[in-house]
Amino acid sequence: MESNSQIGTYNKKGQKIVDPDYLFYEAPREHFFMTGSEVVREAIRRASVDVSISYPITPQSEAAAMVGDLWVEGYVGEYFRGENEFAVMGECAGASFGGARVFTTTSGPGTLRAYENFPMWVGSRLPIMLNMMVRGVNSPLSIQPDTLEIGLIIDTGMLIWHAESAQDFFDYLLKGFIVAEQPDVHLPIAVCIDGFFVSHTKDDVLIPSADLALPTYNPYKNPMPVMDMEVPPVRMMRDPFVMKSNYISYATQASWQQETRAACERSRKHTIRLLGGLIEEENTDEEILIVSSGTAVAQGREAARLLAEEGIKIGIVKIKTIRPFPYEEVRQATKNAKIIFVPEFNVAGWMAREIKAAIPDNQRVVEGPHVAGGMTMPPEVIVEEIKRVLAQRKETTTHV
Amino acid sequence: MSKEKIKINTEFYDIMPVEYQELVEEGTYGKEGRGWKDVGESKELIEEHSLCAGCPESIAFRYVLACLPNPEDTIMVGSTGCTSLVFPHVAVHNIHSLFGNQNAVASGLKRALSYRFPDKVKDVVVLAGDGATVDIGLDMTLQSWFRQEKFTTICFDNELYANTGGQSSGLMQKGFVAKMAPAGKKFEKVNLPEIAKVSGCHYVAKMTVSKPNRVEKAIRQAILIAREIGPTYIQLYTPCILEIGKQMMEGLQEMRDSEGPNKRFEFEEYISEEAKAYLKTVAPKKKKRKEISA
Repeated sequence: MESNSQIGTYNKKGQKIVDPDYLFYEAPREHFFMTGSEVVREAIRRASVDVSISYPITPQSEAAAMVGDLWVEGYVGEYFRGENEFAVMGECAGASFGGARVFTTTSGPGTLRAYENFPMWVGSRLPIMLNMMVRGVNSPLSIQPDTLEIGLIIDTGMLIWHAESAQDFFDYLLKGFIVAEQPDVHLPIAVCIDGFFVSHTKDDVLIPSADLALPTYNPYKNPMPVMDMEVPPVRMMRDPFVMKSNYISYATQASWQQETRAACERSRKHTIRLLGGLIEEENTDEEILIVSSGTAVAQGREAARLLAEEGIKIGIVKIKTIRPFPYEEVRQATKNAKIIFVPEFNVAGWMAREIKAAIPDNQRVVEGPHVAGGMTMPPEVIVEEIKRVLAQRKETTTHV
Repeated sequence: MSKEKIKINTEFYDIMPVEYQELVEEGTYGKEGRGWKDVGESKELIEEHSLCAGCPESIAFRYVLACLPNPEDTIMVGSTGCTSLVFPHVAVHNIHSLFGNQNAVASGLKRALSYRFPDKVKDVVVLAGDGATVDIGLDMTLQSWFRQEKFTTICFDNELYANTGGQSSGLMQKGFVAKMAPAGKKFEKVNLPEIAKVSGCHYVAKMTVSKPNRVEKAIRQAILIAREIGPTYIQLYTPCILEIGKQMMEGLQEMRDSEGPNKRFEFEEYISEEAKAYLKTVAPKKKKRKEISA
């Protein structure tokens, strides 16, 4: 049952099961030019997924359907279309309770329809991989890119990673399974990408051979009993914990919530090793920084290049994991900054709130620029905002 | 088959709870022809229950557990409600996740188990109340039947939301005055057994739990058919004596009063042609236990 014993064996598709580190770092990779949806297909082809359940919603429908093709081809064990996202996430839970490695995708309103499941997945320690291709959740109906939904799932207890590019996306999907399934973590993980910007645009991605695959999930490394009656049934609980008004019940509930949060914290060490840190820094000795996640970082990087041409130097901090949040890393990376810009693709500015809560002297944070409802954020918008704020500060300083 | 998997390491035997020791010594895992008559004669798979004294749901629960044909490889899925207070005392793996998603969870579970154990029988049984089955979870109840998911759905129909304090449910009778139906329920009791037939169930039974032989036969048939053919549904009247103003000794009479000719819980059974043909192939085994007619 040890996953190590599988290394070097071949699965029924003839893929060689390799050590995850070999797949991530050593296996030769080739360049491909593909969409984010195709990235999902190629990651899942190599992920030894047992069960995947899908439901149509833009922009994740294409990827979800491609996983169905993988099932027909024999790369995925079981696959079907569920009836709605609330049910799909319940179906994923059932499969995960039964000891399967489970993958699913969702977007926007679907995420919110499914919402009740996410804290349940966490409390049940189900290491389900949820790919969120985020989009607007507002009314009037919008199918356009918008990251508000990430802010809405922040405190469910799941691991939440935010990929910037197709390459990140491919790597995060595969590495996410490994981190989420660690016995000391064993939590669901949301790997988020910005809908359309990453899901539907083509990008250069380096991918290892399709003849290689991750080891299969070993459910018996679960900190909870697997619901398959292969291990003794846990019972003899004289008092069920639910709905009891007594101290032991409250203490049990509270300590379990603390434990699941602690499990999320314990994912740091695995994630730091596999992602090379929870953040990525460029020129953080500069006094002006752009700090954000997802494609907002890509736009920020371009804005920094434009400003450098005018002699304004900007550093970049890319946040890879929203949960656990890289508090210490962000504090360190921003310690010399005088002004911190947080560009975001949502109206709420949840990332700015996170950063303000993480650092001292948080009046340094400028919340924005924000775009929402599917608007793009050309680098010029960020450039303009930075210049506006710098001019304002200069003026204030002169008057003083 | 296997008590093997629940056996206690001899070194630890004396520190295990006495209930667990009894389960290993006198439990009925793997017993041929297990059934309701084991209740009281051997260690039950339900340790104790935290339901009201005299609640018919408690005896229904004990019958269901006693009649599972393959408890050592059965996983049950529950939902929120009175039943969720009993499941922590049950000696088969069971899942509570949310209110109403039980048939979705069971769908994923059954498929995962079929994939992981292609050469083994793993029975999945849903047991939930009428609110979970017919109101908040109806979508998932029906969709699992449409998809021909191979598990049994058992509904403990007490015709209201008991655990939250007696609110009107879809299975409540028309005209019944309850919380959230202060002027009397406006529409008919949902006829889920009929809906089950046209939704693809291969075995449907509606009854009270006043006749344990009948319950035993239904549970056994439903699980065997679900294993081989497709979805099955059993609706059991388990009146909430508290909310309908009955004393704790009156539950059995309430069930008897509700199952007479043309009463709403008159015994009804439907078996699809495919399931009938299948039952014939397993009939010799069943004859080991002679049925006593009611």
